[in-house]
Amino acid sequence: MTRMRLTTPRDDAPPLPTIDMTADLASAELPNPILTASGCAAAGKELDQFFDITTLGAIVTKSVMARPRSGRATPRMAETPSGMLNSIGLQGPGIDSFIDNDLAWLRERGARTVVSIAGGSVEEYARLAARLRLVEGITAIEVNISCPNVESRGQVFACDPIAASEVIAAVRRSTMPGVPVFAKLSPDVTDIVSIAEAVVAAGADGLSMINTLLGMVIDTDTMRPALAGVTGGLSGPAIRPVAVRCVWQVHQAMPDVPILGMGGIKSGLDALEFILAGASAVSVGTTVFHDPSAPARIRDELARALADRGFTSVREAVGFAHRGHEPQPAHAGPAEDVLGEPVDIEGGLEAGAEG
Amino acid sequence: MAVQVRGEVLDIRRAGAYHVLSMVAPGIAEHARPGHFVALGVGGDDTSMLLRRAFSIYRTEQRGVYGGTLEIVFSVNGRGTAWLADRVRHDPIDIVGPLGRPFVLPVEPVSCVLIGGGYGAAPLFTLAEKLRDRGCRVDFVLGASSEDRVFGALDGKRISQAIAITTEDGSLGERGRVTDVLPKVIERSDASVLYSCGPMGMLEAVATMAQQYGIHSQCAVEESMACGVGVCMTCVMPVIGDDGQTRMVRSCVEGPVFRGDRVRWSDVGTVPDDCVGSPVWAESGAMSAGESTSTGSASRGAL
Repeated sequence: MTRMRLTTPRDDAPPLPTIDMTADLASAELPNPILTASGCAAAGKELDQFFDITTLGAIVTKSVMARPRSGRATPRMAETPSGMLNSIGLQGPGIDSFIDNDLAWLRERGARTVVSIAGGSVEEYARLAARLRLVEGITAIEVNISCPNVESRGQVFACDPIAASEVIAAVRRSTMPGVPVFAKLSPDVTDIVSIAEAVVAAGADGLSMINTLLGMVIDTDTMRPALAGVTGGLSGPAIRPVAVRCVWQVHQAMPDVPILGMGGIKSGLDALEFILAGASAVSVGTTVFHDPSAPARIRDELARALADRGFTSVREAVGFAHRGHEPQPAHAGPAEDVLGEPVDIEGGLEAGAEG
Repeated sequence: MAVQVRGEVLDIRRAGAYHVLSMVAPGIAEHARPGHFVALGVGGDDTSMLLRRAFSIYRTEQRGVYGGTLEIVFSVNGRGTAWLADRVRHDPIDIVGPLGRPFVLPVEPVSCVLIGGGYGAAPLFTLAEKLRDRGCRVDFVLGASSEDRVFGALDGKRISQAIAITTEDGSLGERGRVTDVLPKVIERSDASVLYSCGPMGMLEAVATMAQQYGIHSQCAVEESMACGVGVCMTCVMPVIGDDGQTRMVRSCVEGPVFRGDRVRWSDVGTVPDDCVGSPVWAESGAMSAGESTSTGSASRGAL
């Protein structure tokens, strides 16, 4: 007699389509293109309560520094329309404890792991990479050169092509050749393509885009900044169009450089948007705070969204939006209904790229 | 072990200045213990409010007609809680829980004083039942700014040996704050443990008083959280571990219940210089301390 439907969101989902979800992060092959985003999944353990983390492409761990770090004072966050500001300040246990506890747990659990590292100097980045060289089973290194929550804004390496290149070159030199190095870029630059080109020239195997945008909220009751750190990083769906634009521009300039796309991904269609723009895989970040099961849900939604559009693999969708005159994928069956009439969008593409 | 479920609103009712929301929460209600909390999604599927709202659990029913149910108490103080207050029976609601570490119960049947500030009193009533089951004497002290903000006075009366109520405007009970009457209650009941939940200032006063009397205190904090599950690192507080070192610990997973003498109440909202990983700590080259940011269960202790 129950009128109530009490189901977890996954219980009533239709069966998944057969589709090749394999994704590439440079030389690393992942079973699917859905990862967590650094700083939004800790080191995977907490989220493993809500879904099997080994079924994701990989866990991207919170940026770790050489030594333990307390981070910034509280309040550290403020909710904003379709987003949030955070000002954590890279709180973490330091590389030794991270390797002994977090990485050991992830390996035991059988989860693929992308380790995010952050440093205050080129030497610190190099030291971190050298320390991780001794650890087996790391899928990739993500170099966080773009955290906005550091004491000195001048130290955001990703805002300066030379500083960014120095860090990436040092990490690349210290990392095992078979382990890809991804540079995580900031959107808070005039020309993200030039930064991307610089770090690729310095040896980055791929690019993670984007980190948060620097933002600020003032509490109108206290009439003071809402965050103890005054400014913070803006994330969530509010920044998605900025992130898609960055991925688009960089993929257009360097179509062969793998991109891990991120910024406000909340659904499978959002993930698809990044892949169409040129991302080989995507990270789910702030949405995890709202919905801790989101990465697994988004993985399944993406598989359906790809199949609905006639794709048989993730790979053939990467950068698809750049191919202006192809109205549908080669294998398209039902895609016509979805895509509608092909239109000439060449002019639009140019405008978008300049925009 | 927390789970995420799509629950359903059973009932929402007013209680003075507050709202009491009952919901079907299968898999959560059955495992909740006093001091656990839940994190609710607000605003519906297409919401622009990304952050969950955390509420301590007021009551649970393990075997309702529809499975386990639980209740929370809240006050409308923003768009998220306004949305919750507008829910009606049968509305879906996304619930994550049970979260955090609950109150630690005494092994011996000792005398306990339960102190609640405003709707912060919510988790204390199921705690009182558990304490009574163990043969503990339970005294209540409930305080608020005014009568309509005193929560659970009847519950408290029913379940306790004695109850004291304070309001700042004198509209109910004694005029003043809970700490004005607390010494009398501690002495009258020969208390061994103080359990407290409410605003930070009240918790600090209770913890300090427990130390003055040389007795235990267990304080449930209400820090603002983005996720509630331990991944966002926004709800941290300076807490002293078993090794004497202060660390910024997550109140969602290492709390919300802490031993009162382990929280650095006057430093909440700051990173103390001697905290592991602080800029001053880093410069001092202090490397001897265990370089972990976790206190494990150290800050909770046993009674």
